[in-house]
This record gives sequence, structure tokens and C-alpha cells, in this order.
Amino acid sequence: MTDDDLVFKALADPTRRFLLDRLFERDGRTLTELESELEMTRFGVMKHLRLLEEAGLVVTQRSGREKLHYLNPVPIRLIHDRWIDKFTERRVSALTDLKRQLEEDSA
Amino acid sequence: MTTTAAPDIGTTTQIYRVFIRATPQKIWDAITRPEWTQRFGYGLKDEFELRPGGAYRGHANEGMIAMGMGGVIVDGEVIESDPPRKLVITWRMAIDPSMAAEGFTRLTYQIDEGRGGVSRLSVIHDLAGRPGHAAMVAGGEQGPGAGAGWTWILSDLKSLLETGEQMTTVGWTPDK
Repeated sequence: MTDDDLVFKALADPTRRFLLDRLFERDGRTLTELESELEMTRFGVMKHLRLLEEAGLVVTQRSGREKLHYLNPVPIRLIHDRWIDKFTERRVSALTDLKRQLEEDSA
Repeated sequence: MTTTAAPDIGTTTQIYRVFIRATPQKIWDAITRPEWTQRFGYGLKDEFELRPGGAYRGHANEGMIAMGMGGVIVDGEVIESDPPRKLVITWRMAIDPSMAAEGFTRLTYQIDEGRGGVSRLSVIHDLAGRPGHAAMVAGGEQGPGAGAGWTWILSDLKSLLETGEQMTTVGWTPDK
């Protein structure tokens, strides 16, 4: 699986998007904090967090005995840059082609 | 994101991470050498005295000077320099009086070498008690063209090191 696939897969689940939303509101949360907002077992939440971490969307950092979870938006940005650039580029080149064609026709 | 709640920034640390197909030394140079720092993100002309207690100054680049914004934009002090793995500095927006009054933040660059020529760059920005800085580096409240904080900077750095040129949609204008 490519990095992009991991990100899309991670984002395709409502529980994982919910976890990202919680981290967006407040970063650096523990598993216990995140778990308290979900009707789900600790094991289930851990599994979702692991998938988010594998996709690079969550970064963890130890602070004493606690493991804190941080939202990392960079992978989403990279997908945005790659795809948006690709599509705008095509649109621009289509317009460039049209312009050339029109100019040739009027010449 | 579906939430409408305002992010609770300014009370915590922000962490950003990107994987780059480049050696730790190349990434280190891109972060610490002015000929590189001017080629991505906000393009400041960074100047580091790479020793504990050494000065850090982010100078205006030529484009900024042309727009009437000169001098030191960002300043701070080097806390730890362990090339090409770890750089810890204090960091503050010096050009904006209200931001400068917030005081210094603590910024750590951590570079880890991985398999297949891919390195991992982590930016750990301790912004506790610095809400103005926290909003800025999170990309908040800035329109297109003003940049969008670390996410944009790191995406741009990755493009620069992997393709040799910047690739960003911020400030994008048609070629013709």
C-alpha cells in the first residue's frame, strides 16, 4: 500500500475522523481521554489510533508515563498539493491549447 | 474535518512530521543554510550560530525587502545543535510587536534516517502560553498567499528536496 492509500484508508472510517476532530480541537491527548468520548472498548480505540499513526496522521510522543497523541496534518496537505496541482495544471494547459488554436484559426 | 469548534491552540505542543527522500545531511542543510532556507516556505534568509547559546536570525529575503519589509523577521537562540540529527532553538516572530511581546517559543527539529534513503523530519513546536504564535504556525487565520504554517512549509520542503523545485498551491498563479 502506498502512503496515499494509507491516508485515504485511515480517513474512510467515521471513528477515525472523529478521533482526528478531537485532536484538532485539542492536541496532545492520552488514550484514556480519547477513549472517554467514544462508545468503544479501549482495544478498539487503540486499533483505530494505530491505523492513524501508520498513515502518519497521528504522531505520538512520550511525556513521563503518558503517551500523548498529536494530529499531523502534513499527509493531507501532500495529497492536496499533488492532486490539486495536477488538476489545475491540466486545466491551464487545456486553456493554453484553446488559445493557441484560436490564434491559429484567426491567423 | 466536520467539527466547527475552534482548535484549542496555544495550550500545548504542535508536532508535524514528514517523510522525505533525502539524506539527513541534505535536510539539515536545507534547514540551516541560507542558500536553502530561501528556497522553501516563507523563504527567510536564516542565519544560525550552530552552538549552544548561538544566535538565530531569520532575515527578510530580497522579495520582502522589495516590498518594504526588511531586517530580522524571526529571532531566537540555539539551545542544542547535533548535526545532522537534532536542532533545538528558541523562536519568535520579531517583526510583529504583539507577537514579539509573547516571548520565545521552543522549536525542535528531529531528523531520523530510515531505510531506502527516506528520512523522517519531525518538527516539535512548544507553544504553551503563546497563542499568537500557535495560531500562526498552525496556519490559522491566514489567507492564501500568506502561507499556512508548518504544514505548508514542510510540504514545500519535501517538494524542494525531492524534485529540486518548489511545488505549492499557495500563491499559485497561472503560468501564462
